Amino acid sequence: MDEYCIKTRGLKLFYGEFEALKGLDIRFLSGKTSALIGPSGCGKTTLLRCFNRINERYEGVRTEGEVVVQEHDIYSADTDLVELRKKVGMVFQRPNPLPLSVRDNILYGLRLHFSRKYRDASTLDEALETSLRAVHLWDDLKDSLSTEATTLSLEKQQKLCIARLLPLKPEVILMDEPCSALDPDATAKIEELLRDLAGDYSLVIVTHNMAQARRVSDECAFMLLGEVVEMRRTEDLFVSPRDQRTANYIEGRFG
Amino acid sequence: MNASPFATSARTATNRRVESVGKTVLAGVTALLILPLTAILGLLVIRGAPALSMEFLLEAPTAGMTAGGVFPAIVGTLWLVGVSLAVSAPVGIMAGIYLNEYAKANWLTRMVNLAIVNLAGVPSIVHALFGVGVFVLFLGLGTSILSASLTLAIMTLPVIIASTKEALAAVPMAFREACWTLGATRWQTIRHVVLPNSISGILTGVILQVSRAAGETAPIMFTGAAFYLPFLPQSVQDQCMALSMHLFTVSTQVPNVPEAIPYATALVLLSVVLLVNMFAIAFRTYLRRNRKW
Repeated sequence: MDEYCIKTRGLKLFYGEFEALKGLDIRFLSGKTSALIGPSGCGKTTLLRCFNRINERYEGVRTEGEVVVQEHDIYSADTDLVELRKKVGMVFQRPNPLPLSVRDNILYGLRLHFSRKYRDASTLDEALETSLRAVHLWDDLKDSLSTEATTLSLEKQQKLCIARLLPLKPEVILMDEPCSALDPDATAKIEELLRDLAGDYSLVIVTHNMAQARRVSDECAFMLLGEVVEMRRTEDLFVSPRDQRTANYIEGRFG
Repeated sequence: MNASPFATSARTATNRRVESVGKTVLAGVTALLILPLTAILGLLVIRGAPALSMEFLLEAPTAGMTAGGVFPAIVGTLWLVGVSLAVSAPVGIMAGIYLNEYAKANWLTRMVNLAIVNLAGVPSIVHALFGVGVFVLFLGLGTSILSASLTLAIMTLPVIIASTKEALAAVPMAFREACWTLGATRWQTIRHVVLPNSISGILTGVILQVSRAAGETAPIMFTGAAFYLPFLPQSVQDQCMALSMHLFTVSTQVPNVPEAIPYATALVLLSVVLLVNMFAIAFRTYLRRNRKW
């Protein structure tokens, strides 16, 4: 495995005329959890959405620079978005399970990408159990695999949204404020899950919640107005920030 | 004890009166909407009752349209509605999907959208002339069920496209993103998630066009509907009678028609539309419940 799961070089992103990311050079460690923090509108979610190129589905978005994943610039012409997204999964703010059963949600990725001969019943059942176990849902849901996923609690829905990425064996999982729709109990459970997943996967998490960044991440980047002000080990960033703006933000003077 | 600081002030009392007047007026106007519908239905039933019978439904007109039934017209209307929707529903739905899911916001898309809006505003008699010019004469389809149905299809297309787009746009972006992040292509996303969640809205748009296709007279008058035919249509190349056309004929073109016949014809037309809609709604419910796809 490379030392870094994602590296950007001079990454710029424009929404029409507006420059949302101003030439970022940022690297995320493999097998670790990295957090992106900063006030609303600083570009942290935009940056995250560059890493699986989901931004491009919207009108007027233009990107410059490089994003290197597995030693390959994902903005190069020979990058197939489908292949990219298998390697770089994403979890969203609001849990968005598909309106299908729990089982079909988990197996949806496999069904998309593998022809029937690789999907005999035992392979699918194994993938189903492994994925649900990995997100601590197996014991709760093993007897109700055909429940509509949209009827689960938000916490379980969000866990399911993480679990459905796993059968595709992603390198990186991007998380865009994964707990912002959840209550504190559910948040604690998701955070516990994130700590379990780190190591097996590289996690990049955007969060509004500085305390959360501190609890779950190994390294942390503070962003402001489309730039990375400072990125260091989480502990160092919070205890002894180098930049005055970082210090002001983590002390709660603005944002 | 002092007066309550929360007692109603003069100003608040006035505001409240205005509020209740406003609410009453809005509710009253809404309730009035029931009137025309019940009045129409009541009139049709009362005036048409003397002519209604099994024979009226199952026999052809006789005695120069002044007696007999409307059976050939029922059959013709079903042909026209069926063939026209068989063309306009798939074309309209596919175009709607393309416009909402794939098309980029460029000048070409804007032109297409503008064309659709304008097409929706074209009067039906102009559709009729277009049908005569293109389908009957230029393409040589003659006056036939096919020509009339294609004309009706063009007429119903814009609304089907518009309602399809609307139904698709109502599917939350989060569903699409969920698919994309698993590496689904656009088509897989549409097929597995977007369509199953919008199919009832799409079908509602189609259902609304059933009554339009069944009710319009002008577009079929010159393209395929006949005043009177002694035989039932055997294929789309034949002409046919139609309820809307028949209603027009018996109420304005033929002398000495008993008064009950036009009313009964209108009632049958309405019933046929309702019946077709009920089948469509049952089909929609079936799809929604099973979510086979």
